[in-house]
Amino acid sequence: MRRDASPFLRFWVEFAENRLALFALGVVVLVVGAAILAPLFTPQDPYDIGKLVLGDARRPPGHVGSGGYVHLLGTDAQGRDLWSAILYGLRISIQIGVTAGVVAFIVGGSLGTIAAFAGGRTEALIMRFIDLQLSFPAILLALVISAILGQGKWQLTIALVASQYAYFARTAHGAAVSERAKEYIEAALSTPLSSRVVVFRHILPNCMPPLIVVATVQIANAISLEATLSFLGLGLPVTHPSLGTLISNGFQYMLSGRYWISIYPGIALIVLILAVNLVGDQIRDQLNPRLQR
Amino acid sequence: MLGFLIQRLLQAAAVMVVISALVFVGVFAIGNPIDVLIAPDATQDIRLDTIRRYGFDQPLWKQYLNFVTSLVQGDFGRSFVFNMPVLQLILSRLPATLELTLVAVIGATIIGVPLGMYAGYRPYATASRAIMGLSVLGFSLPTFWIGILFIMGFAVELGWLPAGGRGDTVEVWGVQWSVLTLNGWSHLVLPALTLSLFRMALMIRMARAGMREAMLSDYVRFARAQGISDSKVIFGHVLKNISIPLVTVFGLELAATMAFAVVTETIFSWPGLGKLIIDSIQSLDRPVMVAYLMLVAFLFIMINFSVDIAYAALDPRVRSGRT
Amino acid sequence: MSAALEVRGLKTHFFTRIGAVKAVDGVDLTIERGRVLGLVGESGSGKSVTGLSILGLIDHPGRIVEGSVRLDGQELVGLGRDAARRVRGRRIAMIFQDPMMTLNPVLRVGTQMSMALRAHEKVSNAEVRERSLKALSRVGLPAPEQCLSAYPHQLSGGMRQRVAIGIALLHSPSVIVADEPTTALDVSIQAQILQEMQRLGAETGVALVWITHDLAVVSSLAHDIAVMYAGRIVEYGPTAEVLALPRHPYTRGLLDSVPGEARPGEKLAQIPGSIPALVDLPPGCAFRARCSRATSVCETMPEIADIGGRLARCFHPLEAA
Repeated sequence: MRRDASPFLRFWVEFAENRLALFALGVVVLVVGAAILAPLFTPQDPYDIGKLVLGDARRPPGHVGSGGYVHLLGTDAQGRDLWSAILYGLRISIQIGVTAGVVAFIVGGSLGTIAAFAGGRTEALIMRFIDLQLSFPAILLALVISAILGQGKWQLTIALVASQYAYFARTAHGAAVSERAKEYIEAALSTPLSSRVVVFRHILPNCMPPLIVVATVQIANAISLEATLSFLGLGLPVTHPSLGTLISNGFQYMLSGRYWISIYPGIALIVLILAVNLVGDQIRDQLNPRLQR
Repeated sequence: MLGFLIQRLLQAAAVMVVISALVFVGVFAIGNPIDVLIAPDATQDIRLDTIRRYGFDQPLWKQYLNFVTSLVQGDFGRSFVFNMPVLQLILSRLPATLELTLVAVIGATIIGVPLGMYAGYRPYATASRAIMGLSVLGFSLPTFWIGILFIMGFAVELGWLPAGGRGDTVEVWGVQWSVLTLNGWSHLVLPALTLSLFRMALMIRMARAGMREAMLSDYVRFARAQGISDSKVIFGHVLKNISIPLVTVFGLELAATMAFAVVTETIFSWPGLGKLIIDSIQSLDRPVMVAYLMLVAFLFIMINFSVDIAYAALDPRVRSGRT
Repeated sequence: MSAALEVRGLKTHFFTRIGAVKAVDGVDLTIERGRVLGLVGESGSGKSVTGLSILGLIDHPGRIVEGSVRLDGQELVGLGRDAARRVRGRRIAMIFQDPMMTLNPVLRVGTQMSMALRAHEKVSNAEVRERSLKALSRVGLPAPEQCLSAYPHQLSGGMRQRVAIGIALLHSPSVIVADEPTTALDVSIQAQILQEMQRLGAETGVALVWITHDLAVVSSLAHDIAVMYAGRIVEYGPTAEVLALPRHPYTRGLLDSVPGEARPGEKLAQIPGSIPALVDLPPGCAFRARCSRATSVCETMPEIADIGGRLARCFHPLEAA
């Protein structure tokens, strides 16, 4: 590999060397693809309550339902085809997880950088608030906000963003502060360049690696948090079940042996989160300057 | 040092005030608190009477003031649902959660830190890679899923351990503890394990990272150049250096785990604060919600405070004022 | 009587993802008791790795692939872990560049010295204290008791480095390898430390390997000088002679690029080009690409040859006079 290859290319080649991470990336792509294309693969739209037949409820995998097709993974307590429900549920999980992550990234990242540049009391005030929020566990925050706002996709996303933006803010602030102190910024500021240009072209790119590291963790977290909230009955309404809701519904049937209602959605969730985390791990290792010996 | 302490105390107090305001406003101002207290077909008279009794007719800031005054006197109001003083309610559930949390966090530390240190010491060994792989699992799997898996495996399939509830308790100092009975332990194991896995994974990763960084550092190189054996280097030099970040994490872990217990308690029907808060949220029992949040906030601030002090005690650089 | 330190044909390679980095590729050194050898080179020349190899501190992904290191006649390469550990710190010691990083910031000086002593001997607390104090006053520290109970950040840079030297001397080693010990210090402190080292060398008879990129330091301290480039020694001889009359073009280039020699307004002399990456060295003389005297014969590796009392690795050495 040529030494002067572009940094993206180098990043890619190094990434590809970790077979596990590569495999995980493949899984993520597969899952995301399946989720996006869900309507093509699924025999049933699990959100259409009118189509659900209660007589099909709680059937084991392989059962042929009233719709005339095989329920690959069985049905849940409302008669939904589990395979369809899982795919649609994955869709929701990914949608919400990524949206929450990206919005939190933008909000938190901007807040942190702005604080670093406002300086003085504004900075101190903002960062104190952030620290405060960070010492509060994300799950409690999400719980309470979700409870107050009620059920629904947007409410859930807001709750997730509210509990996650603080990590981004703190990381961005820390990175911006250490960049700000570096001599090349002093040099840049002494030129006729406006400070806004300095921020965008010099500081932001250097703040990106730690922010990306946080993003990889937070997206997986968001997915997990969403599932947990849905499991607890908050978050999404029962008509639009996410994976967490499915698992929660199936929980009561586990002790009587109808394990598939909980287990299969659970497996789907795990696969997604694990894959995202493995990919994130590899990205983190590669971006970590301290390990470049 | 004293100035440092006082400064931190004042900050903590200020934070508590801000949080109390936020929590109060958030919980009471949104939605209509009345609806929980009275039946939907209650007459207008009863409605007005209830409103007056609970002070809901007063402006918000006055309600807040009342709230704070009674707070200072130790009165957290009465639960809408249970109709008993909130403080009493919370205190009765606290030991169960405390027990669970302590066992989980201590377990996570005792197992996680040595594993992580080993993984950092010999990063290329198979055992280390296995440990790291498992740690990914540990923090990826959502807590509720792990709980379900455990129940499936140990309670349903194998039937070794009970699927929920708290075991027999023994009264010590007027409080019920279940750690002191064998039956209590059998009920404690699964939820504690579930709760601890996430923390354990974090401990492993932190210990490993700290270890690796330390092993590659100059002072370790210098110590090895002096002919000090690796084990002495680790226990004498490295341990002190990595214990500083670990201690801070431990403190925060304790607080965060208490919060996480919410999910575990729900799954295992563990009669603690977590279950209480979920139930309260679902039934919109606002006084309980407010009190719980205040308590958690207070706990967090106390823990942060203690961690700050511990940090200062361990790291001599902080004490003299420079880092 | 055997030399204090004899290095023959030392090769240390690092096996990385992008290939084998030949950091040290055939190095020979000899140092007698009481003498100082200056090991000179730019960053990337392999001088630090040489020092670490001598101490046996090379870790994955690097290792010593070939060569011998003899300390007072005893072979160090290939020693088992325990045996190697017993030698380190006791019969040969090393000090590093930045004393703020080499002394553990969270332990007191006394604790660190005690650990260094106890690594090799069973000593009582009283004896530890006595020997530590003696070592500290020997390196010229004015208030040894206070130093002992201080934390590293409470001492100045020069004092910290003296502490490091004190630790190195605790077991009266035959050889001390010093890797750029004064680079991070102010010039005036540098001079003090150099004087101190000279005195200690004369007093204790310890052999000193002084690794540096600073020719000025070498000229005042070292008896002999070895110039390294791209993992090999290119010139080796008595300091005064080498600096007055270098035979290898690289040494000449180094001397010429010292700014003090230039006249005001003159362009500063520079060796054109830069050090080749150690992972794909061209065959033959590594300096070939930057040397104005290179010819086609330089495409084969010149061996180190004795040219009139001086060792040089060049097909076209500069004239003797």
